Amino acid sequence: MGLKEKLHNFKVKNKDKKWLPAFSAIHTFLYLPNETTHNGTHIKAADDLKRTMNTVIMAMIPCLIFGMFNAGYQHNLQVGEAQAVAGSFFSSEFWTMANFMIGFWKILPLVIVSYGVGLGIEFIFAIIKGHEVEEGYLVTGMLVPLIVPVDIPLWMLAVAVVFGVVIGKEVFGGTGMNILNPALTIRAFLFFAYPTWMSGDKVWVEGAVERTNEILAGANLDAISGETILGSLAQGKEAGYGVMDMFLGFIPGSVGETSTLLILLGGLFLIFAKIGSWRIMLSSALGAIVMGLIFNQVVDSGWITESSKFYGLMSTTWWHHLLIGGFAFGTVFMATDPVTASQTNKGKWIYGFLIGFISILIRVFNPAYPEGVMLAILLMNVFAPTIDHYVVQGNVKQRMKRLKAKTA
Amino acid sequence: MSNDIRIKKGLDIKLKGEAEKTSEKAIVSNFYTLRPEDFHGVIPKLISKVGTKIKAGETVFFDKSNEAVKFVSPVSGEVLEISRGEKRKILAIKIQADKEQAYLDHGKFDVDTANSEAIKSHLLATGCWPFVKQRPYDVIANPDKAPKAIFISGYASAPLAADLDFTLQGKEAELQAAVTALGKLTEGKVHVSVGKNGNSPLAGLTGVSLHKVSGPHPSGNVGTQINKIDPINKGEIVWTVNPQDLVIIGELLLTGKFNAERIVALVGSSVEKPRYFVTKIGSEVATMIYDKGIVKDSNDRIISGNVLSGKQVKPDGHLDYFSNVISIIPEGDDYEFFGWNKPVFNKISTSRALTFSWLNPKKAYSLNTNTNGEHRAFVTTGTYEEVFPLDIYPMQILKACMYKDLDEMEALGMYEVAPEDFALTEFVCVSKQPHQKIIREGLDLMLKEIG
Repeated sequence: MGLKEKLHNFKVKNKDKKWLPAFSAIHTFLYLPNETTHNGTHIKAADDLKRTMNTVIMAMIPCLIFGMFNAGYQHNLQVGEAQAVAGSFFSSEFWTMANFMIGFWKILPLVIVSYGVGLGIEFIFAIIKGHEVEEGYLVTGMLVPLIVPVDIPLWMLAVAVVFGVVIGKEVFGGTGMNILNPALTIRAFLFFAYPTWMSGDKVWVEGAVERTNEILAGANLDAISGETILGSLAQGKEAGYGVMDMFLGFIPGSVGETSTLLILLGGLFLIFAKIGSWRIMLSSALGAIVMGLIFNQVVDSGWITESSKFYGLMSTTWWHHLLIGGFAFGTVFMATDPVTASQTNKGKWIYGFLIGFISILIRVFNPAYPEGVMLAILLMNVFAPTIDHYVVQGNVKQRMKRLKAKTA
Repeated sequence: MSNDIRIKKGLDIKLKGEAEKTSEKAIVSNFYTLRPEDFHGVIPKLISKVGTKIKAGETVFFDKSNEAVKFVSPVSGEVLEISRGEKRKILAIKIQADKEQAYLDHGKFDVDTANSEAIKSHLLATGCWPFVKQRPYDVIANPDKAPKAIFISGYASAPLAADLDFTLQGKEAELQAAVTALGKLTEGKVHVSVGKNGNSPLAGLTGVSLHKVSGPHPSGNVGTQINKIDPINKGEIVWTVNPQDLVIIGELLLTGKFNAERIVALVGSSVEKPRYFVTKIGSEVATMIYDKGIVKDSNDRIISGNVLSGKQVKPDGHLDYFSNVISIIPEGDDYEFFGWNKPVFNKISTSRALTFSWLNPKKAYSLNTNTNGEHRAFVTTGTYEEVFPLDIYPMQILKACMYKDLDEMEALGMYEVAPEDFALTEFVCVSKQPHQKIIREGLDLMLKEIG
């Protein structure tokens, strides 16, 4: 008797047990279920939610691997064990085992905690509510480690995941019912609960916090600091990195958000697979460009001078905004979450445009927290149903008009 | 007058087992069955009892809520068995056919001189009325209300559908008689659609507004055509009739006999030699499926109707009242190792998420009945719109049906739709939601509450 039959018999034998959804979740990972159609269409297309979610995860894997190398690279660069790479994506200084191992041992625990805690809660809720474990968290669980600073303590991450999954999703009824993007809810929780671990110049490079504490304790060491480009610009400093570095991702930042190149490839893959919405991605970029151009124009017209605290980010060349910070990552992987985004095609254009537009707006006008894309997406998540409402009303109005034309 | 309708959104599901264009007489069925569930919403009031001898065309039962609507026997014989379900609901009326068929003769009917009242009462009396369906609600037409137009789709775009150009061949006279009669029942037009590149006998009819249809499924669905030609507004009614049923109506008008004969396609990847059969409404599917079809007790699904909207029948089951196709496909009741993430080459998908049906859009597939995943909440967006050509928001109307908001259902266009319009969205649904069932229940609720 093979594994297939054993698992099947086990499932049949325990079909009344309360914990069965937990078993089914694992069972259906191994085997596509033997379920057949009953009413309605007798045949079904090949895609299910697992496949859809898995496709998004595949698109993020390059960012994860790059993030591991980059975590090590940023650390080694600071402690003087690595040379700065310039310009080339395949630089041998970057893709070293030493870099990878530092990042790997730092980021793997983040992934494990994110999935372990998040899926644990999903399992518990599935058993309590007696439904199958839904796949929504598969993507969230991968997003979370990619959007936090590498040094975040694991317990904080665990607390945030509990908050994000329970308050952000389960209280609304679970996968498919939530208003806010769960991964961003988790990040927002971290940001407002533990701001010192989510911003400033000490958290973006592996070991920086530890080193600072050592220095405070009296050790005679060089401080490790790594400000993100947005942080530097917000303080009116130079970006400190070339455009190519920004595009390729050799810069400090949250684990997976730095390489615009790989995010772009992931985005193109999602568009090609017809999983990610090209409308949202494109319109977000357009929104950001428009806002960037407006700010550049403000600076060009001399309405604002270098003494202004907004000057640094306002004068940033408009298209650089697409490369720095979490904008690209947020646009490709978070804004496109189908549950929390606008659901109508027209609505997606408006929703995406406003995300891009507001991201840059927050970036510029909130120097204390220059990462605008998180708040912009959360804000637009809240407004997405409203946008959809008016788009759908347009269709309803047309129908009413037709009726009037008839009866008139 | 010919107007072209071109559909862009949709999906042609190409399956193996298309019927060869040869027809043969099916083995004569000994038993015929009428199932009231074929006539959605009808509560049958029986006239015949077990043992009653009836002629072909004689009333077996009528609609309790509208006694004028009669349902007649497809053959002459004896009522053998009336099977009942819960609360004595009538499930099926089984008739044993006579060796020599005797028809109830209604006499020739002169369509050209008759007025609308005479035509209506003749169709009601002869049992032809159930062939006329109405929208809204996708039920048998209410004879008391006149439709604004009548729609007939002579183009079948569903997967493995019977080719109407072939099955209607030589039936021009019957079709014309039926269309002329129906045309007198409406103030508006009779819209007839045919395939753009086809050679349909319907194209030569007079007194109709002809439309040429092209594009992927659901271009042949009558609902799609209504939406493109003359959408239904609140308070309006349209009637729809299947062309194969026009033949029966036409023959009755011309000869006075209710001849339930129908050409049925036996199709599907499980069928050894897919082809057409001449048979009758309600006949046993066993008279067709084992003749170069499938072997006995094979693990296959037999469907009376097409694979998207048909009804599952058992091997000892019967052809339903409206279908002109019997589809047989393999059951998919087996597990597939890592089926959710490995690349898929042998199934159809509208995405490209490691699914490769986009590489070869002309290829015909052998799909089974596996759901390819479990039921989930609605998650993805935009996938339905790609295969849904109506000017309606599919996901929003489905959700409105689920939370039973009558105002919203009405505003979003519920009067225009029938379950079959949501067959493709159901097929592509990542969350495996039962769209057709949701729409059917929504329509039933509206019918009950609004009427």
